[in-house]
Amino acid sequence: MGDLVLNINGANLHVNAPTGESLLSVLRNRLNLTGTKYGCGEGQCGACTVLLDGRAVRSCLTPASVAADAKITTIEGLEQKGTLSPVQQAFLDEGAFQCGYCTSGMVISATSLLRTTPNPAEEEIVRHMNGNICRCGTYPRILDAVKRASQMIAKGGSR
Amino acid sequence: MRTHNELAVGLAQHNIHDTLGWFQLDRRDFLKIFSGGLLVCLTGASAWPQESGRSFDDHELPKDISAWLHIAADGCVTVYTGKVEVGQNIRTSLAQLVAEELMVPFDAITMVMGDTDLTPWDMGTFGSRSTPTMGPQLRTIATAARQTLIETAARRWNVPPATPRAADGKVINPRKSQSLSYGDLTRGEKLVKTVSNEVRLTPAKDWKIAGTSIPKADGRDFVTGKHQYPSDITRPGMMFGKVLRPQGFNATLVSLDISEAEKMPGVKVVRESDFIGVVAADAWTAERALVAFQAKWNVPAQLSNKELFDSFKQNPETDRDESGPEHVTGSVTQAMAAAPVKLEQQYTVQYIAHAPLEPRAAVAEWVGDKLTVWTGTQRPFGVRDELAEAFRVPTTKVRVIQPDMGSGYGGKHTGEAAVEAARLAKAAGKPVKVVWTREEEFTWAYFRPAGWIEIKSGAQRDGTVIAWEHHNYNSGPAAITTPYNVANQIIQFHPTKSPLRQGSYRGLAATANHFARESHMDELAHAVEMDPLEFRLKNLSDPRLCAVFQAAAEKFGWGRLRSTPERGFGIAGGTDKGGYVVTCIELEIDATSKKVRIRRVVEAWESGAIVNPDGLRNQITGAIVQAIGGALFEAIQFADGRILNPHFAQYRVPRFSDTPQIDVVLIDRKDLPSAGAGETGIVGLAPAVGNAIFAATGTRVRNMPMAPLNAVPGEQASPFQS
Ligand code: FES
Ligand code: FES
Repeated sequence: MGDLVLNINGANLHVNAPTGESLLSVLRNRLNLTGTKYGCGEGQCGACTVLLDGRAVRSCLTPASVAADAKITTIEGLEQKGTLSPVQQAFLDEGAFQCGYCTSGMVISATSLLRTTPNPAEEEIVRHMNGNICRCGTYPRILDAVKRASQMIAKGGSR
Repeated sequence: MRTHNELAVGLAQHNIHDTLGWFQLDRRDFLKIFSGGLLVCLTGASAWPQESGRSFDDHELPKDISAWLHIAADGCVTVYTGKVEVGQNIRTSLAQLVAEELMVPFDAITMVMGDTDLTPWDMGTFGSRSTPTMGPQLRTIATAARQTLIETAARRWNVPPATPRAADGKVINPRKSQSLSYGDLTRGEKLVKTVSNEVRLTPAKDWKIAGTSIPKADGRDFVTGKHQYPSDITRPGMMFGKVLRPQGFNATLVSLDISEAEKMPGVKVVRESDFIGVVAADAWTAERALVAFQAKWNVPAQLSNKELFDSFKQNPETDRDESGPEHVTGSVTQAMAAAPVKLEQQYTVQYIAHAPLEPRAAVAEWVGDKLTVWTGTQRPFGVRDELAEAFRVPTTKVRVIQPDMGSGYGGKHTGEAAVEAARLAKAAGKPVKVVWTREEEFTWAYFRPAGWIEIKSGAQRDGTVIAWEHHNYNSGPAAITTPYNVANQIIQFHPTKSPLRQGSYRGLAATANHFARESHMDELAHAVEMDPLEFRLKNLSDPRLCAVFQAAAEKFGWGRLRSTPERGFGIAGGTDKGGYVVTCIELEIDATSKKVRIRRVVEAWESGAIVNPDGLRNQITGAIVQAIGGALFEAIQFADGRILNPHFAQYRVPRFSDTPQIDVVLIDRKDLPSAGAGETGIVGLAPAVGNAIFAATGTRVRNMPMAPLNAVPGEQASPFQS
């Protein structure tokens, strides 16, 4: 067991977890941050995506100890003072979900894309998001949501 | 709108369900639970059509009450139904129907769904039955509630009951500009109303709330991560459990060494005959402990993909087959003898996995001899019965709660994780959570049945189909009958023994039967040298299906488009469960790599009056995307009791890069009752893709998937890639 300090959504949290435990497991099962989802545990579905220093990573394949030096952002950390982030708002406006189980990972992946590429071409969105599975098949709406978020940011929304 | 979960937890905290056993009560006692207000119950459900499906004990119909609705003194409306929300948007669309008839704002309504202690018995959420059966039931009680409120107001004002009218959560007396809110009217009242007769419902053409694109209820909770899925539930003191899986199907345990696992701190091994599991205070340790088990299994030799289709024909489930053909008219033999154009072909579909993004999950908690389980299932009452049977307790001691889950597509009818969690929780004396891994979900759930289909047909040179014989082995009878006019028909489903555990799936066998029928119709059209659309319309008189064919063709530009070796156009359609669908496809095929890329899909859809156009569009689009997987590349590969591709890296599902441009054309028939729309939108794509491939290349692919990642053994290798 190791004592870890994780910086999650701006707060330093102490966790006691065995070496090697995945960040996903720590978030969900120790810190009760269940917005980040398990879909495969193998890096194949993107449901577990979180931001490490703004970069999207698969938390199921990232040992929590590796994340100890980074700023971790989960889906719970995007909303600021009751205001949704542009990507969250765009997903809501487009109704870009059915069961919504993929949504956290999709929102986080899109957030990281727009951070580096604020005005992505459709092919760039597809390439960046292709590791995220939506089994309900809402891909067309998610593409629209990412484009909408991009426009919202261009018009002065944050991030 | 409060979520189901919050409400259910709230009620539990008030200990309501513990003090009152709902179904043991006289209906009049319900009011005690609500401390007043108006409660409307729907009884005598025989007025309603039965849920379709195979036998479900004696529960063909709700025994007593099928739904109820409560209006509290604060005007809050709570609707109780055993249906569940799995992403198909039924929480929203049912609430719209209630709001419409009750004449309250949409936001005034809370839907309590799929909680076996709080909601009336329900067979389950499948077969596209929620909209056509639960919809009218809830509309009926809402209408009765509205009438009761109007009568109550009329008594208070001492005016004839025909005078007041209801609007926006109030009853208004137009003569004196008086009004009373529903809350005012129910305050201090203890009204129970039971309805059993059909009441006059608001016609769809007059709908103001129903029929509109109200966004998904609680949508915000899905973009913030706040919504609690079954796998997100936690309970005080909860532990985490894992279950040891055999190395293959039908395996027997030869030896087991648990000593390493038992040495791990805080680990408890649970062994009850064949059931071997482990619990630990944290999930990570439970997973490590499971890996530390040293188990040796004996897996018997078993059927593989290679022998599958031969085995279907050789292993009939005799008792079912004796029931004979589903449909016979005229004489196929005579018509075939006379037909100038004859065709005989075989089609196959493979086992595929539902692969819901949230795998099976459950949290179980025992308090004394009362068991509560939170789990993702399309049949909460079925799972309650499974649990009662497994633990030999009366069903009244079991409560199953279904938080809106990470979908199912027909794949979550059963309660495996629920039973496992309950077993471990009982042994541990603590609440236990069990979440299946992706590999477990791919292996130990059940599959959409594989199938072997034979079609024999005869036509006149002018394109009139005169003989049609359709045999489906194993995959199922859904949509097996042809919508085309054929004088001489034999149509038969042959149940057979399946080497893999199989069950429901979005659209069931309607996909397989449409793939075979609509591919075959295309082959016949080419044989008589007719345009595939013209050929279909020539043999079709169902006006609804004709209209959908025309709508799709028009939007797509069918008839103006000519296929080339690298670009194919295809069309296919049909009807099932009250939905009418036609799919048009444009695809590209790379000349050298033979890679198939679906570029454009137009799908026209009609299912009566539309309750929520945006929700419907979302469902149809999702069905199209999901259909791409089964059509082109999804196939379970298995050998000797093992699944060979139980990971997303090996079992390919549709992704962003597979998604074509999709245009959905909705036809709103306000004059027709609303049918369910979660399933049938999936059936047109595969045959339309096969027809487009043929149009481009002249090669007919009769096996689904048509371009698998790895060739499926036992099947002619497809020349196409995906
Ligand atoms: S759970 Fe991490 S990628 Fe699927
Ligand atoms: S909305 Fe269900 S998996 Fe994407």
